[in-house]
Parts: sequence; C-alpha cells; structure tokens
Amino acid sequence: MNWLVPLPVVIPLIAAGLALAMSRRPRVQGAISVAALSLVLAVAVGLIFVTHTQGPQVVNVGGWSAPVGIALVGDRLSALMLLVSAIVLLCVLLYSLAQGIADGNEGAPVAIYHPTYLVLAAGVANAFLSGDLFNLYVGFEILLAASFVLLTLGGTGERIRAGSIYVIVSLLSSILFLIAIAMIYAATGTLNLAQLSERLLDIDPGVRLVLQVMLLMGFAIKAAVFPLSAWLPDSYPTAPAPVTAVFAGLLTKVGVYAIIRMQTLLFTDGALDTVLMWAALLTMLVGIIGAVAQDDIKRLLSFTLVSHIGYMIFGISLANQTGLSSAIFYVAHHITVQTALFLVAGLIERRGGTTSLEKLGSLGKLAPALAILFFVPAMNLAGIPPMSGFLGKVGLLQAGLELGSSLALATVAAGLLTSLLTLYAVVKAWNKAFWQDAPEKLPNESTPRSMFGPTAVLATLGVLFAVIGGPLYNYTDAAARDLQAQTPYIDAVLVHGDRGEGDSDAAGGDDG
Amino acid sequence: MIDMTPNVTLAIVVGVLVGTGVYLLLERSLSRVIIGVTLISNGVNVLMLIAGGAAGGPPLIGSGPPEDMADPLPQAMVLTAIVINLGLTSFVLAMAYRSWQLHGHDEVQDDLEDRRIARRAERGAVDKRDDDVGTNLAIEAAEARDETEEVPLVTGHGPQLGAEDDDVTGRRS
Repeated sequence: MNWLVPLPVVIPLIAAGLALAMSRRPRVQGAISVAALSLVLAVAVGLIFVTHTQGPQVVNVGGWSAPVGIALVGDRLSALMLLVSAIVLLCVLLYSLAQGIADGNEGAPVAIYHPTYLVLAAGVANAFLSGDLFNLYVGFEILLAASFVLLTLGGTGERIRAGSIYVIVSLLSSILFLIAIAMIYAATGTLNLAQLSERLLDIDPGVRLVLQVMLLMGFAIKAAVFPLSAWLPDSYPTAPAPVTAVFAGLLTKVGVYAIIRMQTLLFTDGALDTVLMWAALLTMLVGIIGAVAQDDIKRLLSFTLVSHIGYMIFGISLANQTGLSSAIFYVAHHITVQTALFLVAGLIERRGGTTSLEKLGSLGKLAPALAILFFVPAMNLAGIPPMSGFLGKVGLLQAGLELGSSLALATVAAGLLTSLLTLYAVVKAWNKAFWQDAPEKLPNESTPRSMFGPTAVLATLGVLFAVIGGPLYNYTDAAARDLQAQTPYIDAVLVHGDRGEGDSDAAGGDDG
Repeated sequence: MIDMTPNVTLAIVVGVLVGTGVYLLLERSLSRVIIGVTLISNGVNVLMLIAGGAAGGPPLIGSGPPEDMADPLPQAMVLTAIVINLGLTSFVLAMAYRSWQLHGHDEVQDDLEDRRIARRAERGAVDKRDDDVGTNLAIEAAEARDETEEVPLVTGHGPQLGAEDDDVTGRRS
C-alpha cells in the first residue's frame, strides 16, 4: 500500500497546474481544488489505517534506494498530521469559496489564489512525509513561497508591510536550516533521516550540539517559539481571514512537527531538553500576556497561537512517552481549534465590519449562531473540561508531574496559569464583542450561510476530538512509542541494513 | 578517497559573504535586504561545496576510479538552493517595487498596533468597557424592587387607566 505515500504531494501539485490553466474560469478552478483536497483527505484516511496496522510506509522516489535516493516516509505521526491538515485545508477552502461567491469575486486575484493554495497543501504534505533532511527543506520552501503569495494577496499597503517582515524572517530561518544541512552533511556524509539517526551517535558530542542548535533555531522560528516568535502576531492578522486561518493552523505546526522529528529521531541524547523547557515556559507566559493586552480579535488570537505553541514544546521537551503522546494530541487539537477561531474572526469581521473589540458589541443578540460558533472553540482553546483542549492539557500536565523536576513543575504551573489567562482573554473578547452593547450601531450586513458550514465543521471537530479522546490517545501513544523506539522508522527505510528498497548497489564509497 | 580537509580560501569566502550579508540584512531598505539575503545564500552554497570535500573527477560511471570522483550530492543540493533562492529573490523584488509604488520608498515599516497599545497603557487610558461586566451595581440597586417597597409607578399601563392615572402621578411627584 506504499503507493499512497506520495499522493498527498502529487495530487495538489497536478491540481495546481490544472487550476492555473483554468485561471479564467473561477468555477472550474474551485471544483478542481475541492476535488484535489477531497482526494488528499481520502488518501490521508487510507494512510492512517495502513500505517496503524502495517507500520511505516516508505517510497523510494524514482526507485533509487534510500540513502542515495530520496525517501518519502509515512509513519503514525505523519499520517495523523496529514489527516488533520487535509481536513483543515478542505474546510478553509470551502469557506473561502463561499466568501468568494458572496463577494462576487471582484477585486481579488482569485486566479492565483487556488493554484497557490494547492501548492501550499503540497508543501505541507511534503514536509510531513519527507524522510530526508534536504527534501524537508524543499518542502518548507514550497510552502513558504506559497505562503508569501497568499499573505500579500492583493498587495495593499498594510499587507506589503506585514508581508515584508514575514518574508525576511522566513528567508532567514531557511538560511539557518540550509547552513545546518551543509554542516550535517559535512559531519556525517548523509542527509537521510534514518541513516542520520545512526550516524549522529558516532560524532563528537560538541559538534552534535552545534548541529542540534542550528536546526532547532531554524525550526523554532517557523514554529514561533518564544524568543523567535515576535514576527507572528505582527504578520498574520493582516491577511484575508481564510489565509490567516490556514497559516495559524498549519504553518507553525509544520515547525512543531519538524522539532518532534528532530528531537526523537536525530538528537536523542536530550542535550537541549532543559533549554526547550525554558523556551516552552516563556512562550506560554509571554504569548498569553501579549494576548491579554490586545484589543483586536485577530491579534489576540495570534498571541494565543504563540502561547499555545509552548504547550507542544513542553510536551516535546519532557522527552517521555506521555509527554510526546500528549504533544501530538495537542497539535491535532490546536490545529482545528485555532483555525476555527480565525474563521470565526473572519465571520465577525464580515458581520460587524471590524475586528476591533472597542467597536464591536451586541453580536450575541444580532448573530446568535455566530456567538455559539465563537464560544465553543474559545472554551475549547482555554481547556474547559469536557473538551479536547482539556484532555490535551491534562495529558501534558500529567507528563510534567511524572518527570517531577523542579523546572517541569514550574512549567506545569505556568501551563495552568496560561490556561487561566487564555480563559480571561477569550472571555474578555466574548464580553466585548457579543455580550455588551455596541458603542456605535453595527452595519446591517449579513453573513452567507455557506461560510458558517465549514467553520461549524471545524468547531465540532474540536469537540469531537474529546468524544474520540480514548482511541485518539491510544493512537498518539502508539505514535509516541514508535518515535521513541526509532527502530520502526529506521527499519522501514533501511530495509537491507544500510540500504533501502530499489536500485543501488553498494558501489564505491558510502558517502551519499 | 578525495581530500576532506576544508579549503581555507573557500572558508574565508564563506565568512566574507555571510558577514557582509548579515550587515546588509540589518538595514531597513528592502533592496539592501535582498542583496544581503543573496550574499548569505551564496555563502551557504559555498559552504555546501566545502561539505562535499575537495574537487575530484566527474562522477560518471566508467570515467575513472570511484575513489577519485567528486561528491555529486552537494552540487545537486547547491543547484536546488540556487533555484529556490532565485524564485524567492524575485518575489521580494516584486514586493519592494510594490512598496515603492505605494509609499515612494521600499523601507520595512514598523508595526504600529503594538506601539499604540503600549502608549495607551502608559496614559492609563484603558478601554472603559474593559472591566465592565455589563452591569452597574448602583443602577441595579436602584432598579431592583421587591414586594416590601411601594408599588412603583409605571407609565403607560394601558388605555383603561386614563386620566386618573395621570392624577396619581401628579400627587406623588
């Protein structure tokens, strides 16, 4: 069943080409995009079953065996990431289609929207599936290039301002990543993740630490971990609502995924666990304090996004199975909830004409459906008991207590405080936008029903994660066990000891 | 086996390219930032070549003993990195041009929103609805009534009360 593995990358890329060719027919473009992403969703479902029952699936691209050629690997972790991202991508696409129909597609360069969006989907999938460090870099570049275009869509002054900061920071993180790749190749002579995990153990610990720091810097900028997170709340809020939603949901999580992969497969000696835990603690607190100060819903949500990245980094830094498993659970929960909230923010902007909390009000009376749609994911984000946010946080806090070091306990306390402050921030937003009377009368706009659908699906999904919490935790436990054992991944890639399936005899040196 | 000792000249080239690149990256003007990014990327590309070891023969089967061949992988990676860098540079150039169209310069501007919030906090001018929970105790107490109080007067009970009601109002007030 390993033919499933490359499909999440290939289908959106082909569809992007088709959509570009159909740039004069927006309807056909929309149909192509929806069809492509639905197919990816189906593939992701298939992949999750196959990897869960038969172990990691590997494709050696072009038939070249693993360390020589490029391997695409789907294991439990990447299959889950793919599934969640496919759902989110599809929902946001439907939302933006509904928005386009409502706006009559005027003034917006939709002709490039669909192809770029599909390329973004391909880049995200490529990053999740990559079994090779350089291919991971290419995946990052694909999604970054697409995100540059989406973020500056229309080229208004504000978007160019926010976009230039985002672009420069992203370029810098890519350069750091590339330097790390060059140094890793110089030190080990390979970039295949499975082979690296064996070879990195043999090199000097000092060199290994330098390599780890370099990679971590590159990924931490992408994931918006505290000292490197200042770019995010600045650049995300200006983009169109669906774009912000998909960026907030997915792009930072690709960085988190890369950190998980790197900490479990490449650098297992735990040299930076303490640093990561400090970063997690500070990310949570600084992020949420920023959110409390904001008076614009989109900016507030961007700060909560930064803050909650801290939870995932905390789970990774614990480096035990419970911690990893809860971190993976939390990633899945947070992707859906954060995307849903940004989509709701887009709906609020349409209904109230602004996202500034100083001008909004009385939406609870005017748009009760919208109020419910905001309330459910907001409470889920804060971690109110029966919901999935609570389950994720409980898992992480338990794992922190299990470890029991004083720093872990301090981070657990910070996590609780962050959860409380998140509740304060979203309730403040809720009060001002929905509960209190508006300072001035809001415009009498109506929001199209078709935009509610995808938002509601995502909000419900966030709640549904709690209903299927048991099976989902079983799955993430298994994924975390695989990650810590490493052998399932390595054995699947390097079937013949030091070579994978495919054409390449062990001719000549072993450096490639 | 080819020589794996790094070449000093190449290492210095990397240092100079990355150093000047970082200096330019710290500038405000987008066009200088682009030149900076390009310089750094080229420096990193040279670093990648160093990672592959010294130059050897062409890596083609049959062209010589495999031990004397150059490592082809870093070259392939450098090629990919150059192409990616070309695409991204052209995008930033387009963005700089757009910024020049809109503002007459291509300087990266600050985000004003955070500064506005900080200034407002300094002035102590918090949004007056901030701590307002939608109720005011004094008003609520005045409005609250129970059966021990006199029946309050409500105007507009209905048409049947008519003129008498007006009289009552007059006397009491």
